[in-house]
Amino acid sequence: MKLPDAWLKRIEDLDLPVSLKDALKSGLEEAESVTEEQFERIIKEVVEDYEHAKVEPCEAVGVVAAQSIGEPGTQMTMRTFHYAGVAEINVTLGLPRLIEIVDARKIPSTPTMTIRLLPEYASDRDMAREVAWAIEATSILHLGSIATDLAEMNVVIELNEDAMAQRKITAEEVAEKLRDATGLAVDQNGNTIIMAPEEPSYRELLQLVERIKKVTLKGVDGIKRVVIRKEGDEYVLYTEGSSLKEVLEFEGVDPTRTKTNNINEICEVLGIEAARNAIINEATETLREQGLQVDVRHIMLVADIMTCDGDVKQIGRHGVSGEKASVLARAAFEVTVNHILDAAIRGDVDDLKGVTENVIVGQPIQLGTGDVQLVAKRIDEVVR
Amino acid sequence: MTVPKRIGKIRFGLISPQEFRKMSVVKVITADTYDDDGFPIEMGLMDPRLGVIDPGLRCRTCGGRPGECPGHFGHIDLVAPVIHVGFAKLIRKILRAICRECSKLMLSEVEKKEFLRQIRTLEDLGQPTEDVVNRVFAEARKHKECPYCGAPQKEIKFERPLSYIEDGHKLTPADIRDRFERISDEDIMVMGMNPETARPEWTILTVLPVPPVTMRPSITLESGQRSEDDLTHKLVDIIRINQRFQENREAGAPQLIIEDLWELLQYHVTTFMDNTVSGVPPARHRSGRPLKTLSQRLKGKEGRFRGSLSGKRVNFSARTVISPDPNLSINEVGVPIEVAKELTVPIMVNPRNIEVVRKYVMRGPDNHPGVNYVTRADGRRVKVTERNCQEVAQQLEVGWKVDRQLADGDIVLFNRQPSLHRMSIMAHRVKVMPYKTFRLNPAVCPPYNADFDGDEMNLHVPQTEEARAEAEILMRVQENILSPRFGGPIIGGIHDYVTGSFLLTHKERRLDKEKLMEVLKKIDIDEIPDPAGYDENGEPYWTGKQIFSLILPKGLNLTFKADFCSNCPVCKGEDCENDAYVVIRNGVLLKGTIDAEAVGAFKGKVIDRIIKEYDPGVASQFLDRMTLLALRGIMLAGFSFGISDEDVPKEAAEQIQDVTRSAKESVQKLIEAYRAGELEPLPGRTLEETLEMRIMQTLGKARDAAGQIAGRYLGLDNSGVVMAVSGARGSMLNLTQMAACVGQQSVRGERIKRGYTDRTLPHFKRGDLGAEAHGFVESSYKKGLSPTEFFFHAIGGREGLVDTAIRTSQSGYLQRRLVNALQDLEVNYDGTVRETRGMIVQFKYGEDGVDPSRRDYASPENVHRIIKKVLAGENA
Repeated sequence: MKLPDAWLKRIEDLDLPVSLKDALKSGLEEAESVTEEQFERIIKEVVEDYEHAKVEPCEAVGVVAAQSIGEPGTQMTMRTFHYAGVAEINVTLGLPRLIEIVDARKIPSTPTMTIRLLPEYASDRDMAREVAWAIEATSILHLGSIATDLAEMNVVIELNEDAMAQRKITAEEVAEKLRDATGLAVDQNGNTIIMAPEEPSYRELLQLVERIKKVTLKGVDGIKRVVIRKEGDEYVLYTEGSSLKEVLEFEGVDPTRTKTNNINEICEVLGIEAARNAIINEATETLREQGLQVDVRHIMLVADIMTCDGDVKQIGRHGVSGEKASVLARAAFEVTVNHILDAAIRGDVDDLKGVTENVIVGQPIQLGTGDVQLVAKRIDEVVR
Repeated sequence: MTVPKRIGKIRFGLISPQEFRKMSVVKVITADTYDDDGFPIEMGLMDPRLGVIDPGLRCRTCGGRPGECPGHFGHIDLVAPVIHVGFAKLIRKILRAICRECSKLMLSEVEKKEFLRQIRTLEDLGQPTEDVVNRVFAEARKHKECPYCGAPQKEIKFERPLSYIEDGHKLTPADIRDRFERISDEDIMVMGMNPETARPEWTILTVLPVPPVTMRPSITLESGQRSEDDLTHKLVDIIRINQRFQENREAGAPQLIIEDLWELLQYHVTTFMDNTVSGVPPARHRSGRPLKTLSQRLKGKEGRFRGSLSGKRVNFSARTVISPDPNLSINEVGVPIEVAKELTVPIMVNPRNIEVVRKYVMRGPDNHPGVNYVTRADGRRVKVTERNCQEVAQQLEVGWKVDRQLADGDIVLFNRQPSLHRMSIMAHRVKVMPYKTFRLNPAVCPPYNADFDGDEMNLHVPQTEEARAEAEILMRVQENILSPRFGGPIIGGIHDYVTGSFLLTHKERRLDKEKLMEVLKKIDIDEIPDPAGYDENGEPYWTGKQIFSLILPKGLNLTFKADFCSNCPVCKGEDCENDAYVVIRNGVLLKGTIDAEAVGAFKGKVIDRIIKEYDPGVASQFLDRMTLLALRGIMLAGFSFGISDEDVPKEAAEQIQDVTRSAKESVQKLIEAYRAGELEPLPGRTLEETLEMRIMQTLGKARDAAGQIAGRYLGLDNSGVVMAVSGARGSMLNLTQMAACVGQQSVRGERIKRGYTDRTLPHFKRGDLGAEAHGFVESSYKKGLSPTEFFFHAIGGREGLVDTAIRTSQSGYLQRRLVNALQDLEVNYDGTVRETRGMIVQFKYGEDGVDPSRRDYASPENVHRIIKKVLAGENA
């Protein structure tokens, strides 16, 4: 049945999460007829159940979250590599990946991107492949062969016509790129490029070959490989290596659905909120892949403490734990002596509000039942 | 009741020499400890004013006995100042930042003001000031001339460990101290220090604190010889050198000798503080063992902070081996009587309980449950013995405290390490039992992650009413059935409980009256349902499903697929021929088999529903009855697994051989194709990688096929299959390996490649790429492995062991870091999550404020259920 506006407004005004409001609306719409009285009963029960489900104040949610993520860690595999989804690309998974996320590493051990394309590119294999070739870093080895001529003391590059056509690059462009990158004279003649080192020495010559091999002629630096895979009815690109900022600008790439597993990069390009979501997604995915159930709320809390002051901070000595207010808590974690010496110099005061500090001085901790400051009145006082 | 004292805050700082002299109880001047009669020498390192450790003596400062007197600091007046190692880097930074003539911080007034403002802001926010302070030092160092007095500055070189060289001249600690003394308070503040608690010159010691004897007790060896603490040894060295230094200086010794002695004094003071400074040879004991000095005492896992302050030792605890007892409730723990006699619960005697307590006291300490000690109103403790118990009982008065032995029904905390989550410590009710192990219901093994292969567990007895109340309300086992990790049950049937439930409820198992009684006799059920039917002799019979329904609460409705559901492409629902579709209506099991999906730990749909629809009490009762019922169920038929269960018929063995042979052949073909260069590489892979992947695939398929052949011949009459299928233990893969084919052994996900040049073992030809040469085990465990297979199996097995060993340490550290980072977070009354400073981490916990263990109440499914319920209720 169609819901009256008054009811919709009533539902909107309730103090409920969006998911429950939507469920209420859809559930009632499916029903054939609902009386005013029934409606109120439903609302009352839903709100009551929600209130029952709410966390209690003083609940030590932090410890519960930490344990909920740490405990399954013992059951995870150590196998670093796994052929995730795409057989061709290796991704770190399991415990090492979880540690990597929590460590807020600048670069993950296996950076990879999932690039989704705009509709017209996503449906056409050839167009998808063109985007892939445009993104994939092209080095001289992709286009032809490289050899040294010891008699002439120069490097001879033979370019392959077909390979160049496929990757949409001309011999002139290759020569231009090489000139820019090495700063040396480049002699291009048809598909043959000849370069000579500044000094005609054997060592210089071999070094030049290595330098030429490293030059990115086309595509994004750092993206070593791009693999196309059909998912559902669209073609998706998977990459080895990650460079979010540059990839997003490519024609045909759908910037709203393209992601990377490099959290720091997401933070730089899209901001801290995106980084927070990336942490949640990556951690959830890592745990799910191992078949471990962990409530998102726990992972959210970890992501929030890592990002709540605007930077992605590590869980550990160089991040969250190292910036704690309490001297004793820091000293009890790692690098004990330095923390105490520094505290002495600054004249720090420990307010003994956290857990470790109070355990150290032998007082009840200020969490859960220990945080309730009420004192019962004596019976005779109440009577009077 | 006296209000306990609370420590509000702790301020850290340096101590000034003046203050320290005032504080000190004795100036230590002699390096000797005890005289020939064994008495401490006055003004020596063991001066009785520093506190007492010898029993029978009293402290000359506070009059306390050993144990009461906390000890008091003394001091040594150093002949010349020395640097405190911990501050070496800070001293260097300050030296470079201040003018060598006027000691002013070399920044303009404007800069100073700005930096100070920034520091103050950060301090108010509770943020670290380190970055700003580092900038202050970096800026000030840039000046080549003092902006105030114009004196040219000289480069100060720092040489490890502790020398500062200015323009080729070594600065003595005395010179440095002179400079530091002239720094103004304002400049000190700009350098991020607090001039009231820490002036820079206090980092250079003129007085050395002598720690009280209580923190460096000497021990008397059996031979009567005294052995001194490492710190005492170090202090002896310091005093000796100090004296020699003074004598030499007074005698007007040459500068060179004075300098040497000064260096030596510096060395001893340095190692007294920290014996692991790089560049300083560690001070050693006569035996060559490095001394454990101050900072070594604090550092590390066994150090003061982590070892003694964060982790404390307790009384009223017990530890012993655990063993199973399915007849106990999940809320109970069996405690050996010897343990029960040792552990006590304090009872305050009041007019209401005095007579009861008196009876306990009269039983004495040997007659459990008796009393071990009584504490009188004046605080005197009396040990109750067999002899004096009657007398003490008669004297008993209101206001006394009686330590009653642990008895049935007392609440205790039970714990197994590693305590990875909060369910690792739960509260149980005591059940005193004979023999020497703690007993627990195997259903509570999953949260503790316990088994009975020799595991030990700890037990703690709460000593106050508050603690007992909290334990009972929050920590009882039944309150922890739901894990906060995923909101599902973590307690449930394991192993035989699952097998038993499966055997009892699978298909239609008939039980005559005698068997019915046998099954139910341990369970508190006194109504028998009507028989399901009558057999050919006219005898009534009941079905296993009927019996299981007896323990389900009334009104329970549930439908789900059992664990052994084979996921047919089209689910026939209630008509499932495997009996894998479970239907429970109004507390009656109509269809389906109860297996791990219904009552197993971590899954347990039935347990989950009961706890959420009823309450933990009902759930724990269900679990207790289920455990009893399942065990009776398994005992009805008997259940065992032996070597003959791994036998497969001859034709199966032949088929398996065919499969493995053809797999090996196709591997050979792949290799030939590779050698001939006919193999198509997979995109993005080299030819070798492609070959390896294809071979792995082929061999993997072969094992699966072999398993399927074996599976066809092993039916539900095989115990192994019953266990695997019901989810009780093991998997079909394990059975496959036992009966059919062990399969490919791998190292790092690849076939085994290491070993000799171009081959894994000398049994094979060089360059052999075949299945057998790289760790394919064709045999089954039952058949036995060939020598090469056995060796490859050991390689694969070793990798697993190493993996486990590494994983435990890595995940342990991850856990420690996570807990440390998050432990102070708490939900406030306004629903926000904040840390100790009040900084908001989340505005609403988990974005919806819902407790993960109760998340089902706030789920869209629940809303739909409510709507259905309300609408159905009205229409009916």
